Amino acid sequence: MGYVWDFFAVARNADILLAGLGQTLLLSVCGIAVGVAIGGVLAAMRLSGRRTLSWPALAFTEFYRNTPPLVHFFWFFYGLPMAFGLTLPPFAAALAALGVQSAAFFAEVFRGGILSVETGQWEAGRALGMGRVRLMRRIILPQAARRMAAPFVERSFELVKTTTLAAALAFHETIYSAMVIVTQTYRPLEVYTVVAGLFFVVLFSASQIAEWLEARGRRAGAR
Amino acid sequence: MTVAGDVVLQVEDLHKSFGSTEVLKGIDLSVRRGERIAILGSSGSGKSTLLRCMNVLEMPTRGRLILDGEAVGKPAAGGATRYREAELNRLRARVGMVFQQFNLFPHMTALENVMEGPLSVLGRPKAEARRTAQRHLERVGLGGKADAHPARLSGGQQQRVAIARALAMDPEVLLFDEPTSSLDPELVGEVLGVINDLSEDGRTMLLVTHELGFAYHFATRILFLHEGRILEDGPPEQVLKSPREERTRRFLDRFTAFRF
Repeated sequence: MGYVWDFFAVARNADILLAGLGQTLLLSVCGIAVGVAIGGVLAAMRLSGRRTLSWPALAFTEFYRNTPPLVHFFWFFYGLPMAFGLTLPPFAAALAALGVQSAAFFAEVFRGGILSVETGQWEAGRALGMGRVRLMRRIILPQAARRMAAPFVERSFELVKTTTLAAALAFHETIYSAMVIVTQTYRPLEVYTVVAGLFFVVLFSASQIAEWLEARGRRAGAR
Repeated sequence: MTVAGDVVLQVEDLHKSFGSTEVLKGIDLSVRRGERIAILGSSGSGKSTLLRCMNVLEMPTRGRLILDGEAVGKPAAGGATRYREAELNRLRARVGMVFQQFNLFPHMTALENVMEGPLSVLGRPKAEARRTAQRHLERVGLGGKADAHPARLSGGQQQRVAIARALAMDPEVLLFDEPTSSLDPELVGEVLGVINDLSEDGRTMLLVTHELGFAYHFATRILFLHEGRILEDGPPEQVLKSPREERTRRFLDRFTAFRF
């Protein structure tokens, strides 16, 4: 007796699922913004050449790289109220966990990109009398940005997939919405297949756009 | 204010160590305005390190620099000098450098490379920076390559752009760190030709090189470095043709072993 697929169960609840997808995208975009901001600071601390700055940043980065993200979500949602009496709504807790955790990864992307620029470029800028900030802005970052692009996109995709952990905080993103539909329709196979399809469509189109942008950047650089 | 022949850059008791290896063991050198000094020596003699200490791309372990009669940096413990960043930036804006590996900015065109210093360090207006940059590119024979990115230029052309970039800052002293050592032999001539043409300006230049023939014709003064010390210092005729030291003679013999 073969399994009878019934995607109508999903189609009837498409509005719930799409609303969830909207929340996933919102959380992703905000998460990337927070992650990039904190990651930038962490990378600057690591590259400062001062131990008092680079060591805390290194400890922070290593901690978040080597612990499971779900734990970070639980800390911000369940831990903060218990430890500090600070209660965050699910979105804020998820955003905080996601932002802080991805900051560690973005910091490595930025640091790697900057370190990949040859020392000769730093020396040429210095030899013209450029200060640190100007050298970074005019010479190093434009070159580093191109090399950061691919790993940056990679990390951002990871982040989008990690947002699904927010379901554990009862945040109404895609997975949570799917669970709601499943309890109503008893069609987990169809629902989760559609969820996978949705993620695939979103991320695959995003990767196509990213590739196109990168190719355009390369052409501009080689002109 | 500036008289030809007065001392423009002075190096006093300069020492540089990398870890436990002392590369420069006390260099004293007065560079007079308009002098063209070629620095010779075998690899490991410290000649490139000396040049790189003169604009503090390499931080001297001890000693001090005096540019136009003004000491750069503040004395610190153990004969070292402490430099503030702003002070180093001012020094480097006045002491230009051309590198062995060119180090052009790959994300900028040739013209933008030459404009960058005047624009972002000297704060010149864009139109003026563009005009002078174009003039400097023409000076090195690359007026037609203004819009080309470095990746599209030959090694010799890249090095000429790098020379134009250094000239655009109108430096009081121009340092060349083995400017032809990473070039294919057939491209060496065009770069040496450009450097030679700069002699007309009376600009003060220091050149680390292995091109003895060029050094002989170009330089007004030759230094021979050996194991971190200046072993020979004099006019080309004397240093290259009748060196005082046995070491120098052996060094020169290696270059003249094969002739036709």
